[in-house]
Amino acid sequence: MKKMSKTFINNAITYALVIVAFIVMTILQNAGVLTRSMKGQLIPICVYIVMAVSLNLVVGISGELCLGHAGFMSVGAFTGVVAAACLAGGVPNPTLRLILAMIVGGLIAAVAGVIIGVPVLRLRGDYLAIVTLAFGEIIRNVINCLYVALDGSALRMSFNTPVVQEAARTAEGIPFQVLINGPQGATVATKLATFTMGFVLIIFSLIVVLNLINSRSGRAIMAIRDNRIAAESVGIGVTKYKMMAFVISAALAGMAGALYSLNYSTVTASKFKFDTSILVLVFVVLGGIGNIRGSIIAATLLTVLPELLRAFNDYRMLIYAIVLILVMLTTNNPRFKQLRESLAEKLRRGKGAGNESEGGV
Amino acid sequence: MKKVISMLLVAALAVMMGSACFAEEGTLKIGFIGPLTGAAAVYGTSCLQGAQVAVDEINAKGGMQIELIAQDDEHDPEKSVNAYNTLWDEGAQMIVGCVTTGPCKAVSAEAYNDRMFMLTPSASSTEVTEGKDNMYQVCFTDPNQGSASAQFIVDNGLATKVAVIYNNADAYSTGIYQTFVANAAELGLEVVSVTTFTDDTTDFSVQLTDAKDNGADLVFLPIYYTPASMILSQANAMEYAPTFFGVDGMDGILTMEGFDTSLAEGLMLLTPFAADAEDERTQTFVAAYQAAYTDVPTQFSADGYDAVYALYEASLEGGINGDTSTEDACEILVKVMPEITVSGLTGEMDWDANGEVTKTPKAVVIQNGVYVGM
Amino acid sequence: MVFLSYLINGISLGSVYAIIALGYTMVYGIAKMLNFAHGDVIMVGAYISFCVTQYLGMPAIVSIVAAMFVCTVLGMLIERMAYKPLREAPKLAVLITAIGVSYLLQNSAQLIWGSNPKSFNSLVNIGSIRLFDGALLISDEAIVTVLCCIIIMVALTLFTSRTKMGKAMRAVSEDKGAAQLMGVDVNFTISITFAIGSALAAIAGVLLCSSYPVLQPTTGSMPGIKAFTAAVFGGIGSIPGAMLGGILLGLIEIFGKAYISTELGDAIVFLILIIMLLVKPTGLLGKKVNEKV
Repeated sequence: MKKMSKTFINNAITYALVIVAFIVMTILQNAGVLTRSMKGQLIPICVYIVMAVSLNLVVGISGELCLGHAGFMSVGAFTGVVAAACLAGGVPNPTLRLILAMIVGGLIAAVAGVIIGVPVLRLRGDYLAIVTLAFGEIIRNVINCLYVALDGSALRMSFNTPVVQEAARTAEGIPFQVLINGPQGATVATKLATFTMGFVLIIFSLIVVLNLINSRSGRAIMAIRDNRIAAESVGIGVTKYKMMAFVISAALAGMAGALYSLNYSTVTASKFKFDTSILVLVFVVLGGIGNIRGSIIAATLLTVLPELLRAFNDYRMLIYAIVLILVMLTTNNPRFKQLRESLAEKLRRGKGAGNESEGGV
Repeated sequence: MKKVISMLLVAALAVMMGSACFAEEGTLKIGFIGPLTGAAAVYGTSCLQGAQVAVDEINAKGGMQIELIAQDDEHDPEKSVNAYNTLWDEGAQMIVGCVTTGPCKAVSAEAYNDRMFMLTPSASSTEVTEGKDNMYQVCFTDPNQGSASAQFIVDNGLATKVAVIYNNADAYSTGIYQTFVANAAELGLEVVSVTTFTDDTTDFSVQLTDAKDNGADLVFLPIYYTPASMILSQANAMEYAPTFFGVDGMDGILTMEGFDTSLAEGLMLLTPFAADAEDERTQTFVAAYQAAYTDVPTQFSADGYDAVYALYEASLEGGINGDTSTEDACEILVKVMPEITVSGLTGEMDWDANGEVTKTPKAVVIQNGVYVGM
Repeated sequence: MVFLSYLINGISLGSVYAIIALGYTMVYGIAKMLNFAHGDVIMVGAYISFCVTQYLGMPAIVSIVAAMFVCTVLGMLIERMAYKPLREAPKLAVLITAIGVSYLLQNSAQLIWGSNPKSFNSLVNIGSIRLFDGALLISDEAIVTVLCCIIIMVALTLFTSRTKMGKAMRAVSEDKGAAQLMGVDVNFTISITFAIGSALAAIAGVLLCSSYPVLQPTTGSMPGIKAFTAAVFGGIGSIPGAMLGGILLGLIEIFGKAYISTELGDAIVFLILIIMLLVKPTGLLGKKVNEKV
């Protein structure tokens, strides 16, 4: 019973943090005190939070190192663009269209997750990591060769050769719109993403992930992470539960991708390269592996940090790298850990038992 | 731990909200967006340095002063939009940028809605300017270069069989390739081999062997000079010597540090700028540039330089000064730009109302390590 | 004939990957960490060699020694400053630190040498070999690269199996705790491993840039990832595996581009890697480790 309430409080704090941050930002935005630079980052921050939370499900909860998370994001991003364009005629309400586009993006990314998960989850450790990396690169390479156009109400797809009927179709009076143009990327006609929808997506992903963690399936997933053989011996279906975590994570990344692409007027496959997967992984590790709230905070801080460092011009990315190394070194320093634990101990004694804990693994 | 984080957050917010500062009286604030770090840093840096030379020249003249505020976009649309928003916060009145095509498409859509005038030195896709009245280009458009190259090859009877090697992860390269192939078909030029590479490719032996095997007597390279230098050196190693034909991205190959210029012997390219041109203006520019940055300027630097001058002259013409609001400056520039002619390092430039520039590309051939006009 | 020239190009490209992969695999074997900064040490090595030949006018061999020296020091310094404090930390923390070091090296290189790419003059000038009346041409870079690769692999194999230090390395890679109990200085052994790996990176950098002569701050990253793939392909931790994996990867890349599609060149490489790992989940020559409860 006590254990229950502890998780409950812990989750409540996480939700509260997100909701309070959202309300504060909305008030600041409406009051007009936010700079443009900050306003422009709100939606990317939401996207990266969802990416980090979903990756944490695989890396932290399921315990598999995934280096291709950006691949799922790109699947969601490009299908989201196509879905939004196809629905433009039928669904006039932009919010509804965005939601549908995100759902389509999430579904297709989930399909990609299944296709990739089946072979990948047979492997372990660093071999699994390299295969996810490989899949991320394959997805990027394939999307780079993909050409999609909306011809009237039909979708035309081709590989390696652009769809060049634009002039002819326009002459015939049929609306022709190039959606994905190979390496030149996808073109988004109307930007649908809003901060509110970003917030809704964060809450949605938190509900999915936190409920999963605290469910029977979640405990099974963590049991497999902690000791696969022991879990197997008590009759837990390893593949099934690993797959569950992997596919849910892919779907959430796909939804985040759709939100991301619909926030810009253009999106290219080169955005979703290895570096982006690593970036999200950094959020997860820095926030604490398996610690969902940590992921949220780390994603926010590390997205804002390079922008804050703009004043340093040429030295910006150098400082970013040094900060990254120093943070890893200090947080893993035994003395720092001791200090943190004794502080937490004092806090607990001060407030009485059953407060909160640093949820690292 | 949490207290520290929340304090950091508060501090971060405070910094962001307090950073909107205002221009000095009369100083025109021009923003610049381009990749200054990361894999594409070379293009952004060259361009920024060229622009800075122009700003220093103008400021030395007296009269209207210019402040150039540069922001890095890492060749990433997301970071580019961030850079653009930062420029608003810093009070930029107009923008020289973005340097690369993808980010430029993303930022120009924002700038179109917000009414900030943009003049890109080097983003050459037509999609950049399409449907946006406040987005202008200094460089040729991709289709323009593709068709001009095909036309030039046919007119001068350079070849009958052509191979193309292009970067299929790059919008600029793919754009030129697509129009080149379409035009080549119309002009009766036979394209016998088409191969691609990406930004990470180092080995071009397959592409070159394919061209050689199909008997191409000219290899069209609608790519930047960095991969081109590798292609030339590998072609030399395999003793394949067709005519190589490049576009404006090829400029810079001769001045690449350590490059053996004999490899580029006979290379033809269409370029608006040559660092060793004889005219006084180019020479002054090159001297000033080298004094400040040691590198030799490329076409990107010249485009950056011309972009600043174009905005400067248009601002003088339209009576824009440091106190004009960004939105007003935009409307004035939209009216003025199509009417003015700017003579720059890259030629005489006129603009149509779509924002595309009209200037004639010059074809040059490299002989004894220098450009010779054709 | 075309097939043969593709074959030679593939082996030559593969040998470069193999030398980089050897560095990866050694460090992985001992420290059990993916050193993502390895590719960037290669870049530093190439820059040092470039500076020594271009600015100081020294002969090629001096530049290679200088590059090896600087990279060795750099490698040991990175290990001491960034990785050693994390020896007991979770694996992922070390991975992220390695990525941080990689960013640090790239951005420092850009500040020191600028973002303008440099054209690396080949340090190999012994003349190409012609076969079949000149129909088949083997470049001198290819010959030297392949020879270097073989020499390094043989030397490393002998080193790890015959010398005391090599044996210590194998002991540490098997079981750190037990090795320490047997009187092996674990920290010193790991430092030496990094030193050797980094010296190899310097050689790899010079050979890479001799064959593919463009040098910029990001030069090392993609070859680094490819070599990492090669190391896994051959079975990470295995020295002959890295060599085999590297050469196979080079061949697949060249043949995939030549006979399937240049557009999908990298996709093909990674697809074959995946298929191979599904058939043999621990790489070609990797050891199968039995799991204990």
